[in-house]
Amino acid sequence: MAKTNQAGMSRALVRRETTAAYLFLLPCLIFFLGFVVYPMVTCFINSFTIYNTYGHSFSVATMFDNYKRMFDDKVFWQGFWNTIIIVVVSVPTVTAFSLWVGTAIYQMGPKLRSFFRCIFYLPVVTGTVAVTVVWKWMFNNYYGLFNAVGKGLGILDQNINWLGDERFAIWCIILILFTTSIGQPIVLYVAALGNVDQALIEASEVDGATKFQVFWKIKWPQIMPTTLYILVITTINSFQCFALIQLLTSGGPNGSTQTIMYYIYYQAIKLGEYGYGNAMGIILAIIIALFSAIQFKVAGKDNT
Amino acid sequence: MTTMKEKKGAYAIVCLVILFILAVLFTFPLYWILTGSLKTPIEINSASPTLWPQEFTLQNYEKLLSSQMNLFEINAFGYTITGPAIASALKWLLNTVIMAVGAMVLTCITASMAGYVLAKKRFYGRDFIFGLMVCAMALPKQVILIPLVQQMAALHIHDTLLAVIVPIVGWPFGVFLMKQFSENVPGEVLESARIDGAGQWRTFYQIVYPLIKPGVGALAIFTFISSWNDYFMQLIMLNSNTVQTISLGIAKMQAGPEANDFGLIMAGAAVAAVPILIVFIAFQKYFTQGITMGAVKG
Repeated sequence: MAKTNQAGMSRALVRRETTAAYLFLLPCLIFFLGFVVYPMVTCFINSFTIYNTYGHSFSVATMFDNYKRMFDDKVFWQGFWNTIIIVVVSVPTVTAFSLWVGTAIYQMGPKLRSFFRCIFYLPVVTGTVAVTVVWKWMFNNYYGLFNAVGKGLGILDQNINWLGDERFAIWCIILILFTTSIGQPIVLYVAALGNVDQALIEASEVDGATKFQVFWKIKWPQIMPTTLYILVITTINSFQCFALIQLLTSGGPNGSTQTIMYYIYYQAIKLGEYGYGNAMGIILAIIIALFSAIQFKVAGKDNT
Repeated sequence: MTTMKEKKGAYAIVCLVILFILAVLFTFPLYWILTGSLKTPIEINSASPTLWPQEFTLQNYEKLLSSQMNLFEINAFGYTITGPAIASALKWLLNTVIMAVGAMVLTCITASMAGYVLAKKRFYGRDFIFGLMVCAMALPKQVILIPLVQQMAALHIHDTLLAVIVPIVGWPFGVFLMKQFSENVPGEVLESARIDGAGQWRTFYQIVYPLIKPGVGALAIFTFISSWNDYFMQLIMLNSNTVQTISLGIAKMQAGPEANDFGLIMAGAAVAAVPILIVFIAFQKYFTQGITMGAVKG
C-alpha cells in the first residue's frame, strides 16, 4: 500500500514522512543503538585489549593475547567440549521430541491441545531459579528423591551424589535443560501444523496416501522453516547454558560441567578479566553463527 | 477399513497415555516445590520422601518472611528517609514487579511505534535499520552482557533496576513482532486518515494503535514473563540486597548457609513461581500468539 502513494507524493511530503518516521523510531533507536549495538561493538574492541586497574590498555603487540591465551587455556577447552556435548545431545532430542508432541497434540481437540501445550510450557514459565532449586533437591545425595526412589525400587545399591559425580553431573544438567527447552518448540510446531495446506492433505488422502506418507511428503516440507527456526533457537539456547551450571555445580566437579558461557561469566564478572571474557564471547558468537549457517545449509537443501 | 480405524484409534490412545504420563512428569517439579514448601523439616529430611505432606505447616513461609528489611531508603540533602520494615522476600517480589512492569511498558511503547513505521512508512534508511535489527537478533544475547556491565557502571546505573530494564527494552524482538502485526493495518485506512487531516501522532494513536492492540498485548505479556525470568541479566547487574529480585534472592539463599533447608528454599521458589504462573495461565492465549508471531518468517 505504501508503495502506491509513494509515486504521488511531493518531495516536501516525503521529507515530512521521513522526519515523522524517525521521530517514531527515535525512542526505540536510543535503546537499540545504545544498549545492543554499542555493547556489541565494544565487546569486539575490548576483546583485543588487556584490562587492568587502569582500564583497558591496547597495543598492537598484545592485540591477540586474549585469543592466544584462550588456545592454551585448558579450562576453556574443557568448557568448549562440554558445551559441544550439551548442544549435540540436546538439540536433536529437543527437536525430535517436540515434533512428536506437537503432531500428537495437534490431532486432539482444542481444549486438550491447549492443556498439553500449557503443561509442557510450565517449566519455562516457572523460572530458571525455581526449577533449578527443586531439581537440586531431587538430586541431593542424602535427601533427594532420585536416590530414595532408586533404592526403593532396588535399582541403586547406595546413594549417588548425582551432581557431585563427574560421570553424572553433565547428564543431570542436560536433563533439566531438556525439560525447560521443549515448551517453545511445541508451541511453534502446533502453530506450524495449523498452517499446513489442508487441501493438499485431503487431495493426497483421496489418492490413497498413508498417514506416514502424508506426514513426510506434505507436512514435513511445509513445516521445514519452523524446524529450522527451532534448530537455531535451541542451538543458541544450549550454547548459552549458564544458569543451571551456576546454580547447580559452578562448573564442577573437576570441571566436568564447565561450559563456555559459565567460564566467560567466571573470568569477566568473578575475576574481572573483561578483555578475556569478551574475546571468549566473540569466539562463542562465531561458533553459534557457524552452527546456524550449517543448519541453514543442510535444512535449506532439503527444502528447495 | 475397520482394522485401519481400530489401529488408528489404538495409536491415538497410546499417544494420549504417553502424553499424560509425560504431563505428570513435567508438572512434578512444580508439585514438589508446592508440597515441599508445606512439609515440616522432619518430613523433608526423612530418608523416605512422602508424596503428600503428612502434616501441613506454614512454618517455612513464616521463616521466609521473618527476615526483614526497609521498604525504601532515600538519602537526600544529608537526610536519610527510611520506609517501614517489610519482609525481604516481599521486597524482592516488589523489585521484580517494578522491573518487569518497567521493561514491559517501555518495550511496548518503543516497539509499537517503531514496528508501525517500519511496516507502513517508506523512508530513507528503513531497510538498513531493519537489517541491523535482524542481524542483532541472530547474535547471542548473552555475549553483550559483559560489556553491558561496564557500560552500566560508566553510566552510574549499575546495581539499579534500570540497568536490567534498559537492555531488555533495546532488544529488537519486540520491534520485529510489532512490525508483523502492523503489516495487517490496511494502507487505505492510513491514507484516508491523512486526507482527513489527522496528524502523524493522531493517526498512530487513534487508528493504528486500536488495530495492533492484540499484538501489543502479546508483546506485553511476553516481555513481562521473559524479563521476570531473565536470571543471568539480574545476576550480573544487581548486587545490593535492596535491589535484589526474587530469583536472585532464592539463588543466594540456596548457595548460602540455608542451602540444606529445603523447606525454606521451596517456600521461596513457590513465592517466585506462583505469581508468574498465574500471569501466564491468565494470558496464555496472548503469550502463545507472541511466540508464534515472532517466529513466522524468522
